[in-house]
Amino acid sequence: METLFFLIISLVAIVSAILVVTLKNPINSALSLIMTFFCLATYYVMLDAPFMAAVQVMVYAGAIMVLMVFTIMLLNIRVDASKKHSHKLILGSIIGFFTFLNAFFVIYRSRAALPTGPYSGEMIKSVGHTELVGREIFTNFLLPFEVTSILLLVAIIGAVILAKKKI
Amino acid sequence: MGIEILGLPMMYYIAMVAKVLVAFVFVLLTVAYATYAERKIIGHMQVRLGPMRTGWHGLLQPIADGVKLFFKEEIIPSQASTFAFLVAPLIALVPAFITFAVIPFGGTIEIAGYKIPLQIAAYYDTAAGQVYDVNVGVLYILAMSSLGVYGIVLAGWASNSKYSLMGGLRASAQMISYELSAGLSLVAVFMLSGTLSLSKIVEFQSGLGGFEWYLFKQPLAAFMFFICSLAEINRTPFDLPEAETELVSGFCTEYSSMKYAMFFMAEYANMVTVCALTTTIFLGGWNGPLTSAIPLLGPVYFIAKVYFLMFVCMWIRATLPRYRYDQLMHLGWKVFIPVALVNIVVTGIIGYFI
Repeated sequence: METLFFLIISLVAIVSAILVVTLKNPINSALSLIMTFFCLATYYVMLDAPFMAAVQVMVYAGAIMVLMVFTIMLLNIRVDASKKHSHKLILGSIIGFFTFLNAFFVIYRSRAALPTGPYSGEMIKSVGHTELVGREIFTNFLLPFEVTSILLLVAIIGAVILAKKKI
Repeated sequence: MGIEILGLPMMYYIAMVAKVLVAFVFVLLTVAYATYAERKIIGHMQVRLGPMRTGWHGLLQPIADGVKLFFKEEIIPSQASTFAFLVAPLIALVPAFITFAVIPFGGTIEIAGYKIPLQIAAYYDTAAGQVYDVNVGVLYILAMSSLGVYGIVLAGWASNSKYSLMGGLRASAQMISYELSAGLSLVAVFMLSGTLSLSKIVEFQSGLGGFEWYLFKQPLAAFMFFICSLAEINRTPFDLPEAETELVSGFCTEYSSMKYAMFFMAEYANMVTVCALTTTIFLGGWNGPLTSAIPLLGPVYFIAKVYFLMFVCMWIRATLPRYRYDQLMHLGWKVFIPVALVNIVVTGIIGYFI
């Protein structure tokens, strides 16, 4: 049952990912990308990580893609369907083929079953995924967490300075 | 009920389908009659009668409206980008409805020996002896409401009309800004509850005979959350995206027939969602006197509280004039977000000492 579900979601993810690069209209491409993000969130749910799934939808599908759609709308890129785009098909397919080969070998050669660690499905269910993530972030990974927040703060201040004409 | 499918008793599946159907039909009916109630309540507040002709005191009005919209001609503007124009109403409507999956509308009831929690995305684990629901219920709702923005943005853009585009831009800017302060005001509640699961948040409010509400512990957060939610779902006094005096009808100017009805339904379904969420987090959810003795009273209390909040929404609409755009942005970014942050800090300090 879970395999069937996985296959359906994967099919949707792959089809929408292909549509992102093949559709002519940039807004429709953006919609397909949102669909792909949604499928990724579904994978997180299947891996017992509901917090990651919610954050994936909220941050990627909800915030970043809204900005992208905004940009596309404001730049008003209108593509006429008659115009044929040459994306250097042969070059692209060669690069794609080798990337695929690369990914295939990485997955094939690596061990599929990694050491499990202290977190089992039952433990996540009884303690709660959000609680576990929070505990790890604020104890073992406190320094990386704080460094990331300083990085984000710098980005925010940078955006304000760039957007303001007179400071 | 001895039949098992995939290791789970048949009763689980029947209960799941029944819960989905009941919640969905309930929300649909509420949405239909909310339009009637709104016209009637605002009418009486403005010393008018409201709809009177269709049925007794206009009770059949929503059905007549539905039939009318259903049989109207469907117009797609020739310069519109068709795909986005067609999917926009769906994208607006679906997130508004699926948020009900995680809202608990009652306690655990027992049917034929099986314990069934009255929440769609939840089940009773007999081995562990407790109810499991979505661990990130509130985040799920916030995530879904952040998707609702696409419907409006796409509708505005795809219509290829100036009014629609202005409405869409306004709506998205407003929804993104108020999403932040709504989320931040909820953080203070999570600091008290220590969980994101909605059924546990309701459980924590069951003390004092069902009146230990987070509204009394976090009045500021409750107030801010309700107002930010009103802004997020584009209700008056924040209905700038469809300000009819300036923008005709905003993002849905070019829509007709059932697609227009879908936007309309999405708006009212969002209102029901917001009221249900506020009830669950701040007003004790389905808690009330005597719920432990008679579990079926839970849904009754829940519905009563939700309807009361919806009445408040309509009351606000009848009372307050519309905000100006710069006032709206000022309120969101320079008032609500700093106040919400201070509220979090104060809650943290008090929580550390108690």
